[in-house]
This record gives sequence, C-alpha cells and structure tokens, in this order.
Amino acid sequence: MADDPASGRDGSRRSPLHAHHLGLGATMVPFAGWSMPLRYQSELVEHHAVRQAAGLFDLSHMGEVHCVGRQVAEALDFALVGAISALALGQARYTMLCAPDGGVLDDLVVYRLAEQHFLVVANAANTALVRASLAERFDRFDATVRDASIETALIALQGPVAATVLAPLAGADLSALGNYRCVPATVLDHEVLLARTGYTGEDGFELFVRAEQAPPLFEALALRGAAHGVVPAGLAARDSLRLEAGMPLYGHELSTARSPYAAGLGRVVRLDKPGDFVGRGALSERQHETGERLVGLSCPRPPSPRAEMAVQASAEGDSGEPVGIVTSGAPSPTLGHPIAMAYVRTECAAVGTSLAVAARGRAIPVEVVPLPFYRRERPATPPRAADAEKEL
Amino acid sequence: MNVPEDLSYTAEHEWVRIEGGRARVGITDFAQSALGDVVFVELPEADVELARGDHLGEVESTKSVSEIYAPVAGRVVAVNAALAEHPERLNADPYGEGWICEIELGDPSGEGLLDATAYGDLTASE
Repeated sequence: MADDPASGRDGSRRSPLHAHHLGLGATMVPFAGWSMPLRYQSELVEHHAVRQAAGLFDLSHMGEVHCVGRQVAEALDFALVGAISALALGQARYTMLCAPDGGVLDDLVVYRLAEQHFLVVANAANTALVRASLAERFDRFDATVRDASIETALIALQGPVAATVLAPLAGADLSALGNYRCVPATVLDHEVLLARTGYTGEDGFELFVRAEQAPPLFEALALRGAAHGVVPAGLAARDSLRLEAGMPLYGHELSTARSPYAAGLGRVVRLDKPGDFVGRGALSERQHETGERLVGLSCPRPPSPRAEMAVQASAEGDSGEPVGIVTSGAPSPTLGHPIAMAYVRTECAAVGTSLAVAARGRAIPVEVVPLPFYRRERPATPPRAADAEKEL
Repeated sequence: MNVPEDLSYTAEHEWVRIEGGRARVGITDFAQSALGDVVFVELPEADVELARGDHLGEVESTKSVSEIYAPVAGRVVAVNAALAEHPERLNADPYGEGWICEIELGDPSGEGLLDATAYGDLTASE
C-alpha cells in the first residue's frame, strides 16, 4: 500500500508541515486526531519568544469551513449566537455554535471574505460537528457549507515583532489591517488570507494558505524571522500563552455542559439581534444563571492547580463540599508562579477571595484574581475601541 | 536517549547509582524529555525512612506533574537542595547536577532494579 503522507501509521492526520516539524526535531503528539508539534526544543523558550519577539505556529489542524450563498449571512445569524450579518467585509468575529439548550458546541472565529462568503474556523476536534451542524441549520436557507480543512494549512505568526517581520514580505499595508480584520494578500509569492487574529494575547497574524504552499511559506517566515528572535512554537507554548491571556479552550472552559454566560462570555450571545437563532430561548433564560462563574486563580508558589482538581472554600484541609473545579492550570512562564482558571460557586467568585485547590492529598492555597492574567502593552496608536472589544 | 550503562533503573523512570551502601537517585533522560521543561521539584525531607515505592517527591513541568517513587528502601541522607532554585538542571543534566536525593540503603543488593539494557528496551517500547 502506498504511504499516504497525509496520515500516520496510527491513522492520525498529518499537517502538510509534518516533515518540516520532524526535521526541526519537534516532539510530535496526538491532538484531536492529528499529529502535531508539542514543542521543538523548550516550551519555556518558545513561550518567552512569543511574548518578547514572535513565535511561528502550525495550526493546520484547525478546521476551515466555508459558507456561501445568497442567504448565507442570515443563515449564520440563525446558526450561531453572534450578529454575523453585521460583519463588514474583511472583518472577523469570535463567536459560538450553541446547542438548543444553550450549551457550547464549539467556539469559532468567523471571517467575512465577501458579501456572500464567510470562513468559519473551528477547533480540530469539533470540525466535523461544526460542519454537520451548519449544514443542518442552513437547511431552510439558500446557503451551503464546504469543509476545506484538509486542503487548507494555517500558519500563525504571533508576537510583538510579527508585523515587523511580515510587512516586507506581504503585498499588503499591515498598518491598515486592524485587529480582527483580514485581507487577501500575497506573501512571498504565496496567495494567502492574511488575518490579524490569534490566540496568544499578543499582536499577530494568521495566514490561511493552500496546503502545498505551507512548507515554503513556513520556512521563509522562520528564516526571515530568525534575525528578529522568531522561533517555531508548539502546542505546549500555545496552551500556556492562551491561559495567561485568559482565553478559554474548548473541552476545558467551554463545553456542552455550560452556557457562554457561565464562562463570562455572555457578550458573544447577541440576544438583541433580529430573528430567531438556535439556542435563543434557552440562552435568554440562562443569561440570568448565577450558580457559578469562571474565575482566575493565582498561587504564590508551585505546585500548580491542574484541570479537574476540586476547589475548596478553605485551605484548612478538606472542608466539606467542593465549591468548584479547575478547568486549566499551569505554571505561568511570564508571571513566574502558577495560574489557573476554574468554575466556582458565585459566592466564592469575588476577586480577592482565598480558596484552596485539592491536589493529591494536599491543599494548594489560591486567590481569585481578575482575568486575564496577562495583558500586552498596547501600541501607541491603539486599534479602534470597537475592534478591541471583539478581541477575546 | 541517554541510558548510562553503569546505573540501575526502575520502570517508573528513576535511575539509581549504588555506591558504598548509598543510592543516589534521579529521573532518567527519557523522563525529563517526556516531561518537558521542569519548573518545580518537590524534594524529600532529610532523614525520612522510605519503603520501596513510597512517594519520594514530585517533578512539575509546564504540562504535568509526575510523582517520584523511592526506587529503593532506606533513609534519605542527602537532598539536592540546589534544585529548588534550579529545577532546569533536571532537563539539562538528569544524571549529574539534576540528581534528586541520596538514600542510605536498608537492603544494599539493589534487587528488583533494571539494568541499562532492560531499561533501554522498556523505553523503546513506550
């Protein structure tokens, strides 16, 4: 049988950059059915590089679902919780696909590529569900769905020097490309969709490109970026970066079990938009849910709270019923101490509340702190407030 | 993967260097590589008596926490206190500066430990 370069022996999907990652000595891990780089050398080095210079990420596992048709804007308004039809050409928005009961099926970024053409970017593990749900919800509209995940690679360049590295290579005026905006561009002869979006808390770009063009593009960006301190960065750094930036990860902070309101993301649900949408009834009820809140937890010293650990009201040993559960936790490379996100009962959610996390038979003292843990310094000419708000 | 010939190993990826009734203990190159960047090492207390397999300490990386188990029975007679300030030594030099503690052996035979070949075979299958 011929060796299929797109999948490994275990059946996992391979990025078009797979051979490139192996050449760089990456540690590859299974991730949502894909084999992706966890780290190239040291995830701490990669994390710091993104905060101080920039990191180059392969995100080809992400799902790209194209939605087109005469009624596609209305169809997306019905299928998703956001006001998608209100997007300007070239504008992007963070939004969610919710179940009829208001639970979150996936969190998404939607880009308006043309009047009747949107690109929906889904988490790898949820791409099939997103595609199927959209197709089903588009049923009564003149709109269709096409999953281009396999033939589309996604490369992200994230960090304060990203614009400096990219500007001379891109046939586009980057200073005119605002936060959460996208534009078709030519980067070193490669046709890309260039978007000023990301998942690290830094300024940065995401480049959607045809799979076969990904290796030369990645290589060229790595080469040009090296002089500016750019390094390839893996999923480990991506996770610690998004955690510091207080960004939710599907399967951790977001799931079918909770509504966007519990996650503190009620602003993405546009109950004020005209027309019905899937989940509207349940979400308009659940906007008043007060049982639990997603909070930030900070600990002065290791060990770190980790996902699934119980949160207790007091550090004085096991003090009865847990008051919450940790969804993500890790040492923060930027802050130098452990941080975590957790759902806790609302009466324990006030900033400054002392709590404890039960870890392997001991209690880690923690304090509720505001999210995000880390916020980058904004450039002197900030993006328009309306755009900044849409960024997560 | 570096597996020095002159050390003994456990299936839990600890290494042991037995010399003169003492065992110096650490985690293997395979273990540090799987963990990623180590950011915290919980060291055992000096003078603690351990049975084989007892909780000896913890190694925390950005991604996970791993327990270290006593590979041999005995009393903890020395700990590598420098790891508190320099946990990265576990990554840089797992068999040298990244040692974790020394145990005065209750049973000096080292029975039940793996030799380098057996441990190498074990990691090759993981």
